[in-house]
Amino acid sequence: MADTQPTTPDQKSIDAAMAALAGSGNGAAHPSRAYPPYRSTALRHPRQRLVVVEDPEAVELTGPVFGVTDVTALDSDLTRQHTGEPIGERITVSGRVLDRAGRPVRQQLVEIWQANAAGRYAHQREQHPAPLDPHFTGAGRCLTDDQGRYSFTTVKPGPYPWGNHLNAWRPAHIHFSVFGTAFTQRLVTQMYFPGDPLFGYDPIMQSVTDAAARERLVAAYVHDLSESEFSLGFQWDIVLDGPAATWTENAEDSRNTEQGENR
Amino acid sequence: MSTVDRRPSTVPAPASAPSTSVSAPASGPAPTPSQTVGPFFGHALPLTGGGDVAPRSAPETVTLHGRVLDGRGEPVPDALLEFWQAGPDGRPPAAPGSMRRDHSTGRDAGRDGVTFTGWGRVPTDADGHYTVRTLRPPAAAPYVGVLLFARGLLHHLYTRAYLDPAADDALLASLPGERRATLVATHEGGEAHRVYRFDLRIQGDDAQETVFLDFR
Ligand SMILES: [Fe+2]
Repeated sequence: MADTQPTTPDQKSIDAAMAALAGSGNGAAHPSRAYPPYRSTALRHPRQRLVVVEDPEAVELTGPVFGVTDVTALDSDLTRQHTGEPIGERITVSGRVLDRAGRPVRQQLVEIWQANAAGRYAHQREQHPAPLDPHFTGAGRCLTDDQGRYSFTTVKPGPYPWGNHLNAWRPAHIHFSVFGTAFTQRLVTQMYFPGDPLFGYDPIMQSVTDAAARERLVAAYVHDLSESEFSLGFQWDIVLDGPAATWTENAEDSRNTEQGENR
Repeated sequence: MSTVDRRPSTVPAPASAPSTSVSAPASGPAPTPSQTVGPFFGHALPLTGGGDVAPRSAPETVTLHGRVLDGRGEPVPDALLEFWQAGPDGRPPAAPGSMRRDHSTGRDAGRDGVTFTGWGRVPTDADGHYTVRTLRPPAAAPYVGVLLFARGLLHHLYTRAYLDPAADDALLASLPGERRATLVATHEGGEAHRVYRFDLRIQGDDAQETVFLDFR
């Protein structure tokens, strides 16, 4: 893997770079694609401004459909995909997927992937010398229900080291891939666990420079979601950005009206 | 019912390109921030036949392929691309089946070979290359929508790979000439099974960098 700088920076210099950029996003939810403390962004962000499309085509206001053919009931329980139980704290993670108007995203795909309890991914390029767990792959999927709800049973992932800088550690996280009703609402993100002491040291999480927006990446521990003598319950709602189609009988009329109000 | 359809049942399936209205953002909840897909999605997101969007039975297909390149022109081997498009009839597809699972084993079963779902997902290979085989998009929207995720990319990028666009396409016409070219796939050969080249340069000089889109 090509490094973008000849020497590996230490945590102090990354901390200083993160501090200099704190709050720089003017309250924007999404990170800037150019975020120097996360060094791999250097050659992987566009220099040109994105071209704004004010009137997406019909196809861009819709998105792929998934159904019973695509997901089995077992896919949402990451602790039951092998012959034995994985090592780790058994948890459930559940919540709702909403659009930016607060409407539930129904019958849509949610995918997750994560490291095992020791902080190791079941991935060939993963070099962290922590044990693999033969009973844990760390990938799951489900469809939201008619209230937009999703739920996964898994084990809590461990933090893991990475090569961004000396002594760089990712806070424990679960990767999420979420579809909306439109392709333009697509979201890939990461969910974190409350109170993790690594938050402040992690340039990926801190790339969301607005503190309130960053808080929305952190799940809540909800005691009522814990199951006695079985699992700890975490809740995390996901709100998708971007426009979606509303199918109406007088589509052309309402399109003109709603777009007018939109501006 | 074995298929899921988002459309309210009172709305008849449109015969041609459907009309839509754009939902206003209103004063809804604040969006969840994006985070990078990271390097370790390979055991979770890629699918059997993820790039075989065209049903096996299709008499005419288009193959779109190319490389994802970084700011030094180096291939990006840990990118994930998704594709979404209308079918030749102009309708956004509404059929499931892009990631079928075998119900007895739970394994990835691949597509059924006859259903056009309009959606594909392909990781780049060690040389940054991808291939997707699909149906020709309609003349009214003559492009394949492309979403790019990668390690080092904190928020995905959206673009359009145009196949033989009309000269008056609204988006293309709004762009300066050199930049416009970054959205138009190059026909490399074939007729019934046409092959097009479409590279994505995440970062480059003015004219080289792929135009990426922001939908409001
Ligand atoms: Fe990760």
